[in-house]
Amino acid sequence: MAYEIPDLLLAAPEIFMLTMVSIILIVDLFLPDRRRVWTYILTQVTLVAAAGIILVAGGEDVAYTFNGMFVGDPMADVLKITVCLTVAVMLAYSRSYAQVRGMYRGEFFVLSLFATLGMMVMISANHFLVLYLGLELMSLSLYAMVALPRDSGISTEAAMKYFVLGALSSGMLLYGISMIYGATGSLDITEVAQRIADGDAIPTILIFGLVFVVAGIGFKLGAVPFHMWIPDVYHGAPTAVTLLIGTAPKLAAFAFIIRLLVQALGLQQLLVEWQQMLVLLTVASLALGNITAIAQTNLKRMLAYSTISHMGFLLLGILSGTIDGFSAAMFYTMVYVLMGLGTFGMILLLSREGFEAENLEDFKGLNQRNPWYAFVMLMLMFSMTGIPPTVGFWAKLFVLQAALATGYVWLVVIAVLFSVIGAFYYLRVVKLMYFDAPTDTHAIEAYADVRALMSVNGLAIIVLGLTPGALLALCQRAIQLSL
Amino acid sequence: MTALLSTVVWLPILAGVGVLFTGSDRHANYARWLALGGAIAGFVVALPLYIGFDHHAHGMQFVELAPWIESYNINYHLGIDGISLLLILMNTFTTVLVVLAGWQVIDRRVAQYMAALLILSGMMNGVFCALDAALFYVFFESTLIPMFIIIGVWGGPNRVYAALKFFLYTLLGSLLTLVAFVYLYTASGGSFALLDYYGLQIPMAAQILLFIAFFAAFAVKVPMFPVHTWLPDAHVEAPTGGSVVLAAVMLKLGAYGFIRLSLPILPDASHVLAPMVIGLSLIAVVYIGLVALVQTDMKKLIAYSSISHMGFVTLGIFLFSPLGMEGAVMQMVSHGFVSGALFLCVGVLYDRMHSRLIADYGGVANKMPVFAAFFMLFAMANSGLPGTSGFVGEFLVVLGAMHANFWYAAIAATTLLFGAAYTLWMYKRVIFGVIANAQVKSLVDLKAREGLVLALVALAILGMGLYPQAFAGVLHYSVNDLLALAIKSKI
Repeated sequence: MAYEIPDLLLAAPEIFMLTMVSIILIVDLFLPDRRRVWTYILTQVTLVAAAGIILVAGGEDVAYTFNGMFVGDPMADVLKITVCLTVAVMLAYSRSYAQVRGMYRGEFFVLSLFATLGMMVMISANHFLVLYLGLELMSLSLYAMVALPRDSGISTEAAMKYFVLGALSSGMLLYGISMIYGATGSLDITEVAQRIADGDAIPTILIFGLVFVVAGIGFKLGAVPFHMWIPDVYHGAPTAVTLLIGTAPKLAAFAFIIRLLVQALGLQQLLVEWQQMLVLLTVASLALGNITAIAQTNLKRMLAYSTISHMGFLLLGILSGTIDGFSAAMFYTMVYVLMGLGTFGMILLLSREGFEAENLEDFKGLNQRNPWYAFVMLMLMFSMTGIPPTVGFWAKLFVLQAALATGYVWLVVIAVLFSVIGAFYYLRVVKLMYFDAPTDTHAIEAYADVRALMSVNGLAIIVLGLTPGALLALCQRAIQLSL
Repeated sequence: MTALLSTVVWLPILAGVGVLFTGSDRHANYARWLALGGAIAGFVVALPLYIGFDHHAHGMQFVELAPWIESYNINYHLGIDGISLLLILMNTFTTVLVVLAGWQVIDRRVAQYMAALLILSGMMNGVFCALDAALFYVFFESTLIPMFIIIGVWGGPNRVYAALKFFLYTLLGSLLTLVAFVYLYTASGGSFALLDYYGLQIPMAAQILLFIAFFAAFAVKVPMFPVHTWLPDAHVEAPTGGSVVLAAVMLKLGAYGFIRLSLPILPDASHVLAPMVIGLSLIAVVYIGLVALVQTDMKKLIAYSSISHMGFVTLGIFLFSPLGMEGAVMQMVSHGFVSGALFLCVGVLYDRMHSRLIADYGGVANKMPVFAAFFMLFAMANSGLPGTSGFVGEFLVVLGAMHANFWYAAIAATTLLFGAAYTLWMYKRVIFGVIANAQVKSLVDLKAREGLVLALVALAILGMGLYPQAFAGVLHYSVNDLLALAIKSKI
């Protein structure tokens, strides 16, 4: 067999990212602490440039390289650009937070970039092993980042939990993948799909493998009953890292689901199997996430449970098993990331040296301290609830439509009822900000770029709420061209 | 195609955003004047709708249609018939009143208060002229946000409870409506246009379920017995302006929903379930009327009176007769004026005495004769005295009910008794008699601004009572068109 030179252009963003991470890693070694800003600038340039490369190199066709192990399609392009920009915004939001907490060091940036690279690999994987490789690169970077404040007991504990449960879930996933390999004789996503379509796969083993794969996905998404790590990690990790964990990986997880469940195992008979499993995960996530969130007094923990319920909604779109459903789920993920950035960003904004604004009480009277940020947070909260004219409403509407079109009327009604329960805890934040008097009267200080970004983030919630068409069309087109 | 309706919807919203930018309370007067300008402009741009409205045309007028979200076939589709027209005029008129009513009473975060009122006003105009289900829902649901803030920030001592109850109650109902819309979208092969739904064949079982879903939203909003319990709480805690908007306009969103959605889209289910709705309406009229009688808090009394009067509206709607329907719409508009006026009056008293309890008053007429005269007129209108707007709607609905069933009419007519009883008894205890205490003794009569507000609304009430044709004239064709849809079986 002759050696073929792979089409490197397709993987150019990843190659660029890897090169730059290595450069930053070395450059950072020679920078004194007061020049650390150069690491920051280089990191931001890398992320934005990577997004630019994807934009320029991306096309409308689906292309494979590295012997079909790596795929470049419009869906991957859209998701990867979003991941890069999300991480860039996350780093901007957390700059001052990291500075006063001794996290403003090379590791923070390099690990963020490695996690980003992992996500990009995951998104473009067309082979089970590449998928796994990307997943582990991302996860291991995140484990380390959670433990960055190494003197903090709560962070170390969170990192340990995250690592142990993450390793367990990876094990399950690998076990599932090995069974699928046993059943079909291949690890290549295109080939696996082909073998199943031809009827060459052994059904029993395949279904067994599927169960483990779904369990692995459930872990990574944080869907009930595989959600145990979410509250502890969200709570224990430094908020900057929570922001990262809570946003960009959801995009990667979405791609992960599409590649595994839809592209490899999405054929008719298997679709019915995993639809049933996802129905259980969805209902359990919506119920547990929304109800448990009510009891939280820590905002990060509350948002953790709220994430669980949002993942229920995301799964609702996936389990409808139609192109519309996948586009709706992709739209939901992107919107969720936007909301997550804003909400966690707000916690970072209100935090200062020696003070974490992570308790609900800390938002008391925000309207009197700073009406504009209170308004941004108000919009974020209503968007998470799904009240128009915010974009969160459309995200929910499209997902519900997709599920209903597939015939899951009862599931839609359940989802709606649980969102009413969910409304309560989001409203409580609004209540604290608007109806109560402030207990904390420190002025809110932030870099100008952070203030501007936060405003853009808040306005995007309304602007997209009034004109969701473009983003939706983007998601639909990406899914249609890629599947 | 003109952009008249868009102006009516967006002008108050943009004015509200502008008011928001006047910022802190240092510039409170800018906010007040800008808000007043916005409110008056909102009313003025709505007037051409009335002038240009063709009384003898079928279908929707002033239609605007533009694609909004193309992949889901969602359109920015506006249009009005006579029913929407009256409600829009009432809404924009009320906005002027509440801006004036909150002029001095609201002394902290003035800009935010005024902005919330204006934005709310624009959104409600949007509900009344949306012809696309998604657009309708967006406006319908987004009204919750400003109202939640108004009750919660400027409300009374128990405002948090009231605001949350208001929000969650109405959210539960409206989310089921969303499911119904999504179902209709799927069933109609991908359309959110309300006018498409009017011609859609829907099997009976689905109609019943959809009716219940719509009912969940609109019955809570109206509110109908037994899901009315949020209203007294919300009214009591809300600031005067909030109460006025809530009673005068927001409750109408529910009744409007029945008229625009339930009846024409689900005629068969509406017919089958009409006895239930009528039964609940009659319970509201009688039972809630009795409840109002024993209230010790003026605002609560008016809140219960609202529920009782709204019972008339739902009764009229579900009679499926032109008389009943026209009566219902007239009653909606009249109730908007009358209940708004009563809340304004209570507001006037509350600003002076900081009490809403009837027992704290007595002999107010001695100190505030002009106010007492206005209050008298509004109390009479609330009791349905001929010559006031309150009479027209109630009379038409009772007539319509008589055609349908003698007992409907007989029970409904008791409201004339109860309504007079609770309103006038309250009036007697508050206004007449000897001066009850030192506080009452120190009362001063209406200020010019308050007098202006009450005079404006008195004018509207008398105008509608003496020359109802000006209002009813635009209704005939719209009501007949609607009833034609509502009696055509779609199974």
